[in-house]
Amino acid sequence: MPTQCPVCGDEMLDLLWLVPAVPLIGFLVLALAGGWLSRGMIALVGVGSTGLSMGVAWLVGIAFIASAPSIQTYDQTLWTRLDVSGLAPTIGFYLDPLSLVMMLVITLVGFLIHLYSAEFMIGDEGYRRFFAYMNLFVAAMLTLVLADNLLLLYLGWEGVGLCSYLLIGFWYREPANGAAAQKAFIVTRLGDVALAIGLLLLFTHLGTLNIQDLMRRAIEQWPVGSGLAAITAFLLLGGAVGKSAQLPLQTWLPDAMAGPTPVSALIHAATMVTAGMYLIARTHVLYSLAPTAQTAVAVIGAVTLLLASCSALVQRDFKRVLAYSTISQIGYMFLALGVGAWAAALFHFTTHAFFKALLFLAAGVVIQSLHEEHDIYRMGGLRKLLPVPFWTFLIGAASLAGFPLVTAGFYSKDWILWEAWASPTGSAWFWGAGLIGALLTAIYSFRLVFLVFFGELKTAIGPKPGWVMKFPLVTLAGGALVVGFLQIPRTLGDVPIFGEFVASALPSVMGTSSVTMEFAFQVLTMVMALLGIFVAYVLFLRRPSLIDTPLATVWGSALSRFWFAGWGFDRLYDLLFVHPFLWVAQANKDDLIDRGYASLAWLIREFFAVLHRTQTGQVRWYAAVLAGGSVAIVALAVLS
Amino acid sequence: MILAWLILLLLAAGPLAWLLDRRGSQWPRWIALGALAIDLVLTLILWIERDAQASISSQGVRLADLSLPWIPRFGIGVHLTLDGFSLLLVLLTLFLGVTAVVASWTEIKEHVGFFHFNLLWVLAGVLGVFLAMDLFLFFVFWEVMLVPMYFLISVWGHEHRVYAAVKFFLFTQAGSLLMLIAILGLVFIHAQQTDMVTFDYQQLLDTKMDRTVAMWLMLGFFAAFAVKLPAVPFHVWLPDAHTEAPTGGSVILAGLLLKTGAYGMIRFAVPLFPEAAQTFAPVAMTLGAIGILYGGMLAFAQTDLKRLVAYSSINHLGFVLLGIFSGNAIALKGSVMQMIAHGITTGALFILVGALQERLGTRDMRRMGGLWTTVPGFGAVMLVFAIASLGLPGSGNFIGEFLVLLGTYRVNVLVTVLAALGLVVSVIYSLALIQQTFHGSANESWAVPDLSMRYLVTLGSMIAVQVWLGLSPQPVLDIAGKALENLRGFGNEAAIVSRR
Repeated sequence: MPTQCPVCGDEMLDLLWLVPAVPLIGFLVLALAGGWLSRGMIALVGVGSTGLSMGVAWLVGIAFIASAPSIQTYDQTLWTRLDVSGLAPTIGFYLDPLSLVMMLVITLVGFLIHLYSAEFMIGDEGYRRFFAYMNLFVAAMLTLVLADNLLLLYLGWEGVGLCSYLLIGFWYREPANGAAAQKAFIVTRLGDVALAIGLLLLFTHLGTLNIQDLMRRAIEQWPVGSGLAAITAFLLLGGAVGKSAQLPLQTWLPDAMAGPTPVSALIHAATMVTAGMYLIARTHVLYSLAPTAQTAVAVIGAVTLLLASCSALVQRDFKRVLAYSTISQIGYMFLALGVGAWAAALFHFTTHAFFKALLFLAAGVVIQSLHEEHDIYRMGGLRKLLPVPFWTFLIGAASLAGFPLVTAGFYSKDWILWEAWASPTGSAWFWGAGLIGALLTAIYSFRLVFLVFFGELKTAIGPKPGWVMKFPLVTLAGGALVVGFLQIPRTLGDVPIFGEFVASALPSVMGTSSVTMEFAFQVLTMVMALLGIFVAYVLFLRRPSLIDTPLATVWGSALSRFWFAGWGFDRLYDLLFVHPFLWVAQANKDDLIDRGYASLAWLIREFFAVLHRTQTGQVRWYAAVLAGGSVAIVALAVLS
Repeated sequence: MILAWLILLLLAAGPLAWLLDRRGSQWPRWIALGALAIDLVLTLILWIERDAQASISSQGVRLADLSLPWIPRFGIGVHLTLDGFSLLLVLLTLFLGVTAVVASWTEIKEHVGFFHFNLLWVLAGVLGVFLAMDLFLFFVFWEVMLVPMYFLISVWGHEHRVYAAVKFFLFTQAGSLLMLIAILGLVFIHAQQTDMVTFDYQQLLDTKMDRTVAMWLMLGFFAAFAVKLPAVPFHVWLPDAHTEAPTGGSVILAGLLLKTGAYGMIRFAVPLFPEAAQTFAPVAMTLGAIGILYGGMLAFAQTDLKRLVAYSSINHLGFVLLGIFSGNAIALKGSVMQMIAHGITTGALFILVGALQERLGTRDMRRMGGLWTTVPGFGAVMLVFAIASLGLPGSGNFIGEFLVLLGTYRVNVLVTVLAALGLVVSVIYSLALIQQTFHGSANESWAVPDLSMRYLVTLGSMIAVQVWLGLSPQPVLDIAGKALENLRGFGNEAAIVSRR
């Protein structure tokens, strides 16, 4: 509700609707009129619309920040979509620090990825289709984070699902890509059904779908620990684990690498997989009312981050390592959400968006230069040949590994680890999982660095990237370094800008803790990161025999294959769900019910045929039957 | 009187189209298109001026009404009434009628006049069904739909057209027979009580009767409508009829004839016997949920593109059945929305499949694959309707399915969860459709032209309607709402709100 704002203004804030609308218009232009546009014009529309959206988003953001604290939230209703029995969801947007951070990151990272794509995809015949889908993707994600009610959020939610399907299967002629795309849509849709049932429950019991009203009514009507709150929270969690690729619905993400690399960057950094984290943060009140569900979030996060980082250790495909890394990092965000460290989760989303987009885009350059080579064991020594990708990738990997003090990833991961311990709902188990995860993260991220960029050159390289691709790399690398300084813990300088800014939307943790303790934990985190980097250096560059020997044993190779296959989840699901479904569908292809009617028809025909045969036209036959029948009737009458 | 003209125009244009076939095969096409266009414009005028026209009587809001005696001795009259609910369906009928004529433009080359005669008469029958307020008249129109449809399938259909047409005829006729008995039974009981023989809907509404009798009569109506809808296990005529019919026939079958089943339940089966319907509701809702899952599974298993789309109707109409028997206003509105959205979506899919078959000469998806490269326009439009069909938010189908689930949730959580799982199944078959035809590797190389302007305009308008329904469904729900609130047996919104 914009009240009197002396500084700036509602005029700026009123532009909010343009943020999702501009990419949508870009999509419509490309879809409807794109056939008449040249490649340059297509890139202009596709990149320009996200750029414009970013510009508006930052204007709105600045106006919002400038007018704080007089404006805490801002609501903009365009029209009421539906009005049935109290269900009156609007097409309306809601801005608070949480959605503002999401919006700024999505538009900025999204724009950089679009810019990069303008050069990366230039040789592709589906140039227009690509940008149309990408614009729609960004528009859907922005709708998701800005929606003021769950029905509009669900529109964006399903919209990103659709766009991920379209983009993962972008190179549609390869059936494997189609399979990966369908897997992504179907698996996430399973989660969406849980979310949809959650919406039904919320509306039935609380009588609205407006998110803020829902949260207020939930607090009023449901006591802490109430069964309904727990069921709802679990249903929403079902949706969140689907979109965010957490256990048990994580299987779609590694396969989603089938799409072009900028698509992976967009899915992993700016859109799609962070939607689940956003949903839980947005409805965090529900989780506060349902401690069991909240604990489940933390457990899912902790287990996922460990499983996924183990899988990341043994992948050979460059992008699959990064994919498992995303699952693992979102696991960190879930862990943070699960211990009530909402702001820490959002902060890790922010830093992750920068370094993960960076890692994917740099990987894209490498893969393209090596003529679509994905296997990291066939790469090597690219440090000198591709300096910009090397240095930026190094920064990204350091940030992912949580290299102490200078990288953004350190600050966000350290915050999560500390809260996992210090929060009232935290525990040593969560902290321990996070710490081991930090070690594994450092190992697998520097495994990439050493295998791809160090050692000897193994392949001839093709074209090098131009400035259109280098600019996003450099910008994102800058972000991957400095964004962390928005939130520096009290032990290291105490700059809590980020935490204070989002505090009105996401309450901070009320934990008791000593400063010395916190500092000791931080040292441990730093040691883990450095240790991981050192281990990676020894195992993958200095003395590869140290890792090759144990891997050659029976157990070593079995474990490695098990991890490589993502802990066998795909095979399990194939066995439990996919094969039975296919079998039943195939067995019933001709519709058994129809067979039932057909046999009825057959019976009648046979009966008719029998009767038909009695109609011979021979008088003596009729006479014989007549006589025989009469005798039988008389006999019956006499005998009975 | 306007209501009679709407029907008479089509009935008159039919023979005219047949006669003028001798002058050239363009004549029947233009006559059919013209007649439908005039009707459509007239109905749109009714839509725009609906507030001025509306007369509020004891029977609710009526937009137009006509009552003439026909066979007074048996209390049979020509009673036509247009309320908001029937207005929507009349609009859908005329809109899909136009698209069916356009889609048949090049496909039908033989007996063009007779084809359009049948087409117009089916549509006239459908209009009559949606407007009739006299049970005898309703039954007459119900039968008028049947015979021309039989000819459409058996004369212009594909390989197994005669088998499909006979199957369609037998199933529908068996249902109709039960309904006729139920109508006569109802009239007889009413006559016993009041000494007045009448077939008038409004007067029959208040007939009091024994619970068992009411149940049997309700089941008589239900049988006819469940076959038409179709509800599992009475659906087996549908895949054959839809697949074998020519494109125009499939559009009308899926888009309109199925809706007459749903309309019948909403207008007759439930309000005439509210208590019986309520007792029967758990069975009907279960049948709806089964239809959602069973139809979706069957759709997924098909290799014949047209059969896949046909089975998807069973999946979608399961939601309609579920919504109707949930007995509350939200789910009922969802059902109505689903009827309209499904009409548009499936109509468009059948048009696309028909156009594809016309070009490729096959419906076998094993021979397709990778068609996007050859006909990207086709692919894009097919994609739009496939995702509308899987109920993506932003389409009318989503609003329909969501409201049905929302209403059903209050009544039966288990059935709601089962039906919601249908949302996964619909994704599976819709994506399979796209994957096997337009995506994937090309199994054969086809060199065929993309969608022509004629198709682009038709399908483009259908996309526009679909998106409008999805993003701003309120006008449609409002118009239907006033009429639906006056129907008995569905509870009312106030009751729902107070239950919270």
